Amino acid sequence: MHKVATSRVDWSALREDFPILRERVNGHPLIYFDSAASSQKPRAVLDVVRNYYEHDNANVHRGLHALSARATEHYEKSRQRVADFIGAASADQIVFTRGTTESINLVAQAWGGKFLRAGDVILLTEMEHHSNLVPWQLLAERIGARLRFVPVRDDGTLELEKLSSLLTAEVKIFAFTHVSNSLGTINPVTELCQKARAVGAMTVVDAAQSIGHMPLNVQELGCDFLAFSGHKMCAPTGIGVLYGGLDILDSVPPWHGGGEMITSVTLEKSTFKKPPHRFEAGTPNIAGAIGLAAAIDYLEGIGRAEIFKHDVDLASYALKGMADVAGLHVLGPSRDRGGVISFVMGAAHPHDLTTFADQYGLALRGGHHCNQPLMRRFGVPGTSRASFYLYSTREEIDRMVDILEKAVRFFK
Amino acid sequence: MNLEFGDLEELYQDVILDHSRRPRNFGELSDAAVRVHGDNPACGDEIHLAVKFDGDGGLEDIKFTGHGCAISQASASLMTMKLKGKSRGEVEEMLNAFHDLVTSGNNDAPKKLGDLRAMRGVRKFPQRVKCAMLPWRAVEQALRQTEGEATVSTEEPEFA
Repeated sequence: MHKVATSRVDWSALREDFPILRERVNGHPLIYFDSAASSQKPRAVLDVVRNYYEHDNANVHRGLHALSARATEHYEKSRQRVADFIGAASADQIVFTRGTTESINLVAQAWGGKFLRAGDVILLTEMEHHSNLVPWQLLAERIGARLRFVPVRDDGTLELEKLSSLLTAEVKIFAFTHVSNSLGTINPVTELCQKARAVGAMTVVDAAQSIGHMPLNVQELGCDFLAFSGHKMCAPTGIGVLYGGLDILDSVPPWHGGGEMITSVTLEKSTFKKPPHRFEAGTPNIAGAIGLAAAIDYLEGIGRAEIFKHDVDLASYALKGMADVAGLHVLGPSRDRGGVISFVMGAAHPHDLTTFADQYGLALRGGHHCNQPLMRRFGVPGTSRASFYLYSTREEIDRMVDILEKAVRFFK
Repeated sequence: MNLEFGDLEELYQDVILDHSRRPRNFGELSDAAVRVHGDNPACGDEIHLAVKFDGDGGLEDIKFTGHGCAISQASASLMTMKLKGKSRGEVEEMLNAFHDLVTSGNNDAPKKLGDLRAMRGVRKFPQRVKCAMLPWRAVEQALRQTEGEATVSTEEPEFA
């Protein structure tokens, strides 16, 4: 097993933390290269969730009994853990949601619904995941706002020289991804946020692909909102976060109505709590939040800077190996990219390649990756995608390259 | 599900790979009565099927264009070869037989399916049934409307 000479982390030993990596698929050891879709979970996270249900489970913020107090304490501690993790000044800036998609919908519908007017411009980029596109389309259609897009260059980076003509005073909000889920492009978030601020536009950063992969601090980024999911960073599914500036969140009206988010209710009218509880109607995903805090502990134990180095090492190693596969073409930047590699092969359609790879235990993603406009931009119906995480190894990449070469021969 | 050795070879038989690389009846049909656009939104496969009917409503001519995986392209190619010149009743019969072939464990595929029997490997890959059925959903729609244009999807009807 490969060991990164420059790293203090024993990456191969770390694989033992992930029980699922022992699975065999179709008679082969699993090679899980679909972490950009959802990461695997370490035992530390699984244990914490199980322990919560076995010892502390109750509803939060309402019971006067011991378990409810414990559940509430764990839940609110998790909120603080998230705040520390992303460098937020206060835990009140952390809204728990179901995931990135729900976080962005919250901003689009609740913030956008109040502050955007007909004719206002919502600036996005051509590389957005559908989750940072469709909510804005729905909003734009409802209120008569306009959508505008920063184009993507052939090398998979944003055409930043066009920004000055796109980011005008009509732009009220600029929403963009930190790391592209299909190209691996890392966008200059700090610079984009600065430029948006200069024209008075709010910023929304989709951090789904970056949050568990690299150091990230919302105050350094200078964003107004930041959205991410737990399940791509070793936490359970169904938990995510919306970070927002304190004053900004305070100006946003309630979104979902129900229990937990009110201060008093009469038959005719209600008054609402302050953020973040204003945006957490109903019983939240308590176990998910606790699992997210455990995932943060786990990742911080390794260090996000180390994880990023590992991702970059794997990506460059994979790019080298894949360059020798006949007819294989990689999309996206050749350098400064995350551990996500989208590619097409002359010999096999992504769908056929994914089926083929699966027979060898290799989990790739094939298709449009919730990026249909971007696929059209590159003139492909879809791609195959290999995405890595802290438990991925160079040896697995060697096996992937073997399988891709087998596919070339098979489909020839 | 554990797949046995050879499932890939059964799925991608030579005849399938041949038809996917050199699809037959691929092209435009200028005097088509019906054009159906078939869409598999899950993977982006597209089939544009053009059908011309004879006096009795049978399929006088059928052609397609589009792009997609080997399974959808081969299915379309083999299908057009098989259905050309068939009566409406025969087409419906074939459609049902083909659906059985790619979804059930029945190894005794009806002889009438001919070369289409090479698609039987699909039954072990449930995620690929939609690929195989895409052109057939299009021809089913063509029979239903007999003229004009339509769009069909392997997913539920869209809300727009």
